[in-house]
Amino acid sequence: MNTGADTITVDRLTRRFGDFVAVDDLSFGVHQGEIFGFLGANGAGKSTTIRMLCGLLLPTSGTATVGGVDVRRDPEGVKRRIGYMSQKFSLYEQLTVDENIRFFAGIYGLSRAKFEERHRFVIEMAGLEGRGRSLTRDLPGGVRQRLALGCAILHEPPIVFLDEPTGGVDPLSRRRFWRLIDTLSAQGVTVLVTTHYMDEAEHCHRIAIMHAGRLAALGTTSELKGLFRGRSIVEIDTGNPVMAMRVLQDAPAVEKTSVFGTAVHAVLRHGDDDLAELRQRLTAAGLTVGAIAPVEPSLEDVFLDVMDRRAS
Amino acid sequence: MRKALAVGRKEFRQIARDGRTLSVLLVVPVLFLLLFGYALNWDIHHVKMAVNDQDRSPESRALVQAFVRSTYFDLVGEVSDRGIGALMDAGTVRAVLVIPDGTARRLHGGEPAPIQVLIDGDDANTATTVQGYVQSLLETQSAKYRLQAYPRAGRPPVRVEPRVWYNPELRSVLFLVPGLIAYIAMLTAVISTALSVVREKERGTMEQVRMAPLGALSYVTGKSIPYLIVSLVSSFGIVVAAMWLFDLPMRGSWLVLLLTLTLFLLGALGLGLFVSTISDSQQVAFQIAALASFMPTLLLSGFIFPIASMPVWLQATTYLVPARYFLVALRGIVLKGTGPAVFWPDLLALALFATAVIGLAAVRLRREWA
Ligand SMILES: Nc1ncnc2c1ncn2[C@@H]1O[C@H](COP(=O)(O)OP(=O)(O)OP(=O)(O)O)[C@@H](O)[C@H]1O
Ligand SMILES: [Mg+2]
Repeated sequence: MNTGADTITVDRLTRRFGDFVAVDDLSFGVHQGEIFGFLGANGAGKSTTIRMLCGLLLPTSGTATVGGVDVRRDPEGVKRRIGYMSQKFSLYEQLTVDENIRFFAGIYGLSRAKFEERHRFVIEMAGLEGRGRSLTRDLPGGVRQRLALGCAILHEPPIVFLDEPTGGVDPLSRRRFWRLIDTLSAQGVTVLVTTHYMDEAEHCHRIAIMHAGRLAALGTTSELKGLFRGRSIVEIDTGNPVMAMRVLQDAPAVEKTSVFGTAVHAVLRHGDDDLAELRQRLTAAGLTVGAIAPVEPSLEDVFLDVMDRRAS
Repeated sequence: MRKALAVGRKEFRQIARDGRTLSVLLVVPVLFLLLFGYALNWDIHHVKMAVNDQDRSPESRALVQAFVRSTYFDLVGEVSDRGIGALMDAGTVRAVLVIPDGTARRLHGGEPAPIQVLIDGDDANTATTVQGYVQSLLETQSAKYRLQAYPRAGRPPVRVEPRVWYNPELRSVLFLVPGLIAYIAMLTAVISTALSVVREKERGTMEQVRMAPLGALSYVTGKSIPYLIVSLVSSFGIVVAAMWLFDLPMRGSWLVLLLTLTLFLLGALGLGLFVSTISDSQQVAFQIAALASFMPTLLLSGFIFPIASMPVWLQATTYLVPARYFLVALRGIVLKGTGPAVFWPDLLALALFATAVIGLAAVRLRREWA
């Protein structure tokens, strides 16, 4: 999928709002056909970055090119080459499915023949056969998001920006949405997508983790997991994760802990993996300890680790 | 142009489907007209009146006839001396005309002939108005008798100075309705346009639309045309309703009315667009729009307070109020049947206002857009 030159290049991109730096000195590149994920806590600057790349917001400093076009010099040129789905739901709820498609086709200047073809494509993609006359308001969330995606790519852009496209959508619909993203990518469309879901992030070819406006980590899933090389993670099953965390924090071998479902993940210091000692401590505190086993770091472990190290 | 059309078509559908906007544009104006039309109507017709005619002469009957002919009074019946109190207390009549015995004799003898009119004073405003009518009627009548009594007198008969208590030119509903039309059209056009744009900002659809290769001008055009058409329909609705409910004459040309309304409404839409570029929430937009449209239109247009009687500095500000020009033109068309030959400067001023405010809105929108 990497055809050499990057379709999106970001170089020292910065955006301030007054004194507040929302995006701070950001640099990276995205290859053509890549699914590039943005992870980051609320307010990390993901949306701000995307809006600058879409030509909706001027950078304070730094440069970025999208599809070879400078976002600062030719924002209109950028807009022609991309599709964008904003974080807010962005269709007209009082209009029907067909009316929404017709409207967006209209403002993108699609010809009549092209409109027929794309209309069929969007309806099929969203799974809305026979529901063209339904009010958009009445559609389930997952279907609306697929329709919004369809409307955003009516003009067949080679680059697509999706800002939290699956927020508040059920798991089945999310999976279906991601199949669409895969299909786009397979067709050579570059997709830059933000998400708060780790399973979705694992789906991306590469992931950028943002923290407080800065790029905290960047790489493929396995590259990011490699950040743990030399340290190990153990999953500890007790009935009481909160209590277990408190006990483990005092153990000299434990660097930090986090809740993982009903279990606790503990990151152990380099070379220090005396699991028997941990079991002893937990039992002494009156906890019934089930399995203690080393596990592969998950993306969530990586994310939390990066956040922690940034914060300290 | 096709893109502007797409925006316009979408906007039309939204208006049609959004009951609130539609009612603001079509129903509220007529409601306003009814409310203000009746509340501001200082004229009083068909005051119920009884007569206590003790003279029973041709002269006394002529006097009663004069009251009835004026249409201000409806004769309910005769009443005896002692019946008057009960009749007034029950509210059956608001006025009683008492013509004392010997009135005809005094009139012919050239003596003063006192006539008594009792007026129910529980509603002071109405009482004052009725008193004005009575006074005016009686003076007209007495002028006639003076003429008869001294036909050959060398001096001219006493001239009656009509006391214009109820100032028909200023206060009559005929004069108010054009002001109401201006006020209502302005308010609905400015507010609905401003809200429709700000709503798109709030919901995030604006950002989606900005992604399309669509100029700010196409957007503004597409957005305004539906509102122009709906406001035109609503304004004509007010005019027709006023003709029907308040006997508003329509003496001029409907085509000129259309032209005048279009110019005025374009200015209002432009103002609405401009307001939308300086507000980020519907609440703020509503407040600014209401203030910017309703205060000047109500107070500085000559609708309620005559411009000529304002202090000079305030008069100067009225030149910036489009309703001022609109009122001149509208009164001309509706009341006097005059045409653009008379009020072309006002039409020109309306056109200038519209151009300026739409231009300003487009510039601001374009800056926000890019
Ligand atoms: N127009 C603006 N004016 C002032 N501050 C802003 C503006 N837009 C964003 N910010 C601030 O910039 C920071 C980054 O916002 P941004 O929306 O990019 O975060 P995000 O990573 O997308 O967060 P989320 O996951 O909640 O969507 C936030 O603190 C936000 O309050
Ligand atoms: Mg965001």
